[in-house]
Amino acid sequence: MMNLNTEESLSKRQLNSLEKHLLNDFQHGFPLVSRPYKKIADELGTTEETVIDTLNRLQQTGYVSRVGAVFRANSIGASTLAAMALPEEELEQVAELVNEYSEVNHNYQREHHYNLWFVLTASDEHTLNAILDDIEHRTGHAVMYLPMIEDFHIDLGFDLDFDSGY
Amino acid sequence: MMSEAVKQDQAGMENKIVLDELDRKIVELTQSGLPLVSRPYDDISEQLGIDPSEVISRMKRMLDSGVIRRIAAVPNHYALGYKANGMTVWDVPDDKVNELGQKVGQLVFVSHCYHRPRFLPEWPYNLFAMVHAHNRDDARLLVDKIAEVIGSDDRGHDILFSTQILKKTGLRFNQ
Repeated sequence: MMNLNTEESLSKRQLNSLEKHLLNDFQHGFPLVSRPYKKIADELGTTEETVIDTLNRLQQTGYVSRVGAVFRANSIGASTLAAMALPEEELEQVAELVNEYSEVNHNYQREHHYNLWFVLTASDEHTLNAILDDIEHRTGHAVMYLPMIEDFHIDLGFDLDFDSGY
Repeated sequence: MMSEAVKQDQAGMENKIVLDELDRKIVELTQSGLPLVSRPYDDISEQLGIDPSEVISRMKRMLDSGVIRRIAAVPNHYALGYKANGMTVWDVPDDKVNELGQKVGQLVFVSHCYHRPRFLPEWPYNLFAMVHAHNRDDARLLVDKIAEVIGSDDRGHDILFSTQILKKTGLRFNQ
């Protein structure tokens, strides 16, 4: 659990040029070749070992959450965004209950009357609905569900602004 | 009356392929990240008892068909100083949502943009756009920029800042 108000950012040090390139330039187009880190190294004029070491370090410090595929929502199974409006004193308990479901992959507290927002992904729609019903039944609170109708974004990651703060 | 699926197909947005057992295993083995070793796809193929080139070609097929949006070194925006995560939500006319969604989705600072159903009477908003900024004031400036794009079709909007990440994992699915 990460508290966004109090948590200090991870080791606030200047990122070097290679780190910045690795963070910014490979948010898409990570090479699908036998030795991808070697290909990246060739593009950035360094060695495969340096790229692997640097990515390892960025991952350990938390700047990179993972190297890998980002799957499109709804392309596998059924998913929905769901929200609940909870009394402040019940929020933590309900959040823990919701997190118990392995089908819940994101869960955020937000400042709003609807204060708990989570994403559910299940193998099919039937399972998805059963889980929503189960959560309502177990918590005694209604779940508002807002499945995606259309995705408008061409996901290329986004340009990191290293000048302001980093 | 057209079904949603037909409409999406005509819009060319949805391009579903059928994933077989092996594709699903590849998804499972790669969703938490590729190993940081010289030949990462070999690692996956060894676990599945197939040729590494098969892993690469299947991932390429999933990428081309849109099941995989992108393959990336995924930055953690929060750790990089983007502390304000705002879900902006907009009530726009239904017959304008596609046109407006495409415009908003193209804004460089919008990381996700979706059309979702309203949930009346509690929830009047049908267009969602996620913004990330260094602080809340900067995030509000981004909201103003979205409002400019939407113009007079903005019948009401809100921004919901996250205060706590309670869970964040890669995609999982149990079979």
